[in-house]
Amino acid sequence: MIYLNLFVGFLKVGIFAFGGAYGAIPLIREVVLSYGWLDDEMLTYMIAVSESTPGPIMVNLATYVGSSQAGFFGAFLATLAVVLPAFVIILMFMVVLKTALKNRYVQAALNGMKPCIIGIILATGCYMIADNCIGSIGKPVMDGKTFFMTGVLGIVYFGSRKLHKNGISPFMLIALSACLGMVVYASVLSGLYFAK
Amino acid sequence: MLELFLTFFKIGLFTFGGGYAMIAPIEDICVEKKHWITHEDMMYVTVIAESTPGPIAINCATFVGYRKNGIAGAVAATFGVVMPSFVIIYLISMFLDNFLEVTLVANAFKGIKTAVGILILDAAVRMIRKMKKKPMPLAIMLCAFALMLLINLFSWKVSSIVLMLAAAGVSLGGFVLQEMTARGGEGT
Repeated sequence: MIYLNLFVGFLKVGIFAFGGAYGAIPLIREVVLSYGWLDDEMLTYMIAVSESTPGPIMVNLATYVGSSQAGFFGAFLATLAVVLPAFVIILMFMVVLKTALKNRYVQAALNGMKPCIIGIILATGCYMIADNCIGSIGKPVMDGKTFFMTGVLGIVYFGSRKLHKNGISPFMLIALSACLGMVVYASVLSGLYFAK
Repeated sequence: MLELFLTFFKIGLFTFGGGYAMIAPIEDICVEKKHWITHEDMMYVTVIAESTPGPIAINCATFVGYRKNGIAGAVAATFGVVMPSFVIIYLISMFLDNFLEVTLVANAFKGIKTAVGILILDAAVRMIRKMKKKPMPLAIMLCAFALMLLINLFSWKVSSIVLMLAAAGVSLGGFVLQEMTARGGEGT
């Protein structure tokens, strides 16, 4: 049963994941939370791991979830499910639908979908940051350290782009955040903080 | 065939940062070095990749593989590009849980959590910059943003798929309506 769920869940992701990896994250989040495969915390960790290892982020996430839920065969099925729609669709476009993309009605529908995806990604990003810093409705927290971390990393990341054309890469940002996290969240420091 | 598999295996192994990062190496190897496809092909597949679901790297691999060796080529290239990340993540998944119990590592991942939020926000900002700033797309974007925020905040059981289909419907409806009024105008 878990195999079927994994396959169906990630097939859904593969079919509706427009707009690249970050477009897929809201949808992956929805699927893994609804089946209870990962919690929000673990999902953000895995997004970071996927970003720091080679390969498409969607494939990495599918492999991880499949493996953690049902071992090797689970990993295989989830990965297959997320890859299959893209594979089939490209073949379809090459063999039969050569001009479908130029169709006015298809274009009109796609033109509506693109801004919608941007809105969804924007909302997911805002929600994740807010959830880290101030918690969600029902369990508000005031995490000063995370607030500080978000501020510093945000300034460094967006600021570096003002100085340099490309700024620092996502991989560098993740490495930096890991080092900063080790320092900021270390219990030695919090001891000092409370002693004061 | 083996060459296809190995080439895409290499591309899969050495590109960090997901799909868009893969377009440049694929172009470099498949167009410039091996001449498997042309520049126009590459443009075409990028457009398809952006308008169809799924990882962009998969779209490109399938396209190049099919051009070169038909269905079997498509399978070989797609397998090649997926294989490295599959193996790496599978290995990581076997010991990540134990790894997270080390306090230092857990703290590092707490830090990473904030970075991921920033990266997602950044992806959205980049897309907004490239977007056509017309009233209709902007309105759809703001509606989707507000609705998705509410869905997240109150944990509503509404899928983002519903939002996407609704947006496609509204846009298509608007287009058809526009066409009908235009045609009506011609008639009079």
